[in-house]
Amino acid sequence: MSPARTLAVALRVLQQVRRDPRTLAMLVVIPCALMALLWWMFREVPGPSPFDRTGPALLAIFPFVVMFLVTSVTTLRERASGTLERLLAMPLGRLDFLLGYGLAFGLLAAVQSGAAVGVSVGLLGMEVHGSVGVLLVVAVADAVLGTALGLFVSAFANTEFQAVQFMPALVVPQILLCGLFVSRDQLPGVLHAIAEVLPLSYAVDAMQHLTVGSADSTVTYDLLVVLGYAVALLVLGAVTLRRRTP
Amino acid sequence: MTIEVAGLVVRRGGRAVLDGLDLDVGSGVTGLLGPSGCGKSTLLRAIVGVQRTHGGTVTVLGEPAGSAALRRRIGYVTQAASVYDDLTLAENVAFFARVLGVAAAETDRVVEAVDLGAQRQHVVGRMSGGQRSRASLAVALLGRPDVLVLDEPTVGLDPVLRRDLWALFHQLADDGAIVLVSSHVMDEADRCDRLLLMREGAIIAADTPEAIKQHAGTPDIESAFLRLVES
Repeated sequence: MSPARTLAVALRVLQQVRRDPRTLAMLVVIPCALMALLWWMFREVPGPSPFDRTGPALLAIFPFVVMFLVTSVTTLRERASGTLERLLAMPLGRLDFLLGYGLAFGLLAAVQSGAAVGVSVGLLGMEVHGSVGVLLVVAVADAVLGTALGLFVSAFANTEFQAVQFMPALVVPQILLCGLFVSRDQLPGVLHAIAEVLPLSYAVDAMQHLTVGSADSTVTYDLLVVLGYAVALLVLGAVTLRRRTP
Repeated sequence: MTIEVAGLVVRRGGRAVLDGLDLDVGSGVTGLLGPSGCGKSTLLRAIVGVQRTHGGTVTVLGEPAGSAALRRRIGYVTQAASVYDDLTLAENVAFFARVLGVAAAETDRVVEAVDLGAQRQHVVGRMSGGQRSRASLAVALLGRPDVLVLDEPTVGLDPVLRRDLWALFHQLADDGAIVLVSSHVMDEADRCDRLLLMREGAIIAADTPEAIKQHAGTPDIESAFLRLVES
């Protein structure tokens, strides 16, 4: 592993994204628009606004889902174009490659989440009792988690179509079970047990704890679990990234 | 300074693509000629160390193919132009130079070597096919590797460019590199110092173009190839 090579990969990925201003704009504008849509949906619901409960969960889900998709498609493109084969024939560590992607997309996620959090808190009046700075850190961790999962599954997909299918397979169940629809305590036993080991559950918990102003230690715990999953998936991704292919 | 392949077996989907292949490649420009699908790319990938093999040995410069020590000594051009379409030529070359850890001055040298100095700031995806494959070649030249493995680098290029590239290959070989170039176009045979004729996963002749023609008693490599296959 070499920091210079990791940075080289990260810089290159960012250069590629810069060449694609439309993607960049969509990456930033869409989560903000969806937060506004959510706020609008609950506008006329009487009583305390459900926006304060669901909004934070969505702030955790966006960076995770978007980075998952972007990463699995870009990595697959890199495999198909022959650039990955060329890189692996060069003195590039497999972790350099994965961490470079993680770094670049983590940075993009920071921009994306910064905008979504800014709109939610500043314009839509979402109540955040904890620190907005920590909220941003959690969002970046969620994005890195999505990137790590995307890198990992791209090893099992041969086409972009297959890669996109991993979204309903691996991401949607996590959204269903994370506690957004049914509180995890009220899930049937088996589903509860599954929900408790899914990383997105912890990402959503961290966001919700932050907005209600829970003790820092609970947020730190959730954050560490998310980062732990991200690191584990990156290592698994490095294992599946073979220099020699059939 | 050689590449040695002994008893190389590669299977894909239950079928042997290469079945106990032996060959030696020394300095100079060696052409690996054969029809599409005969196993050229698989053989080149095995030499570079990115092909999963099922038997035999591949030794490059005294090291097993794919070993870490070789990774900065081999320049490799895959059949697809393995450069980033959404980056400029300069950005592509600068990125690979950083990965290889070679000086930034190298980037100018390789871009000039493939005669793309004027296209430095062009986005690779908008270049012509020939320019893209030369961009890919420029990356392979970074750091003056001892071995160049080039998979069909001249396909579809205009004759003037092809002539210039072959001159470049010979210049690199004169500087001491092993240059191994594959092609499915038989009329490129006479541009090589040495030839490896390949068919259905086996090397059917390995010699200088002159010797192969003389041995087969034919005026050109295409008919020599036919005679070798039919005999």
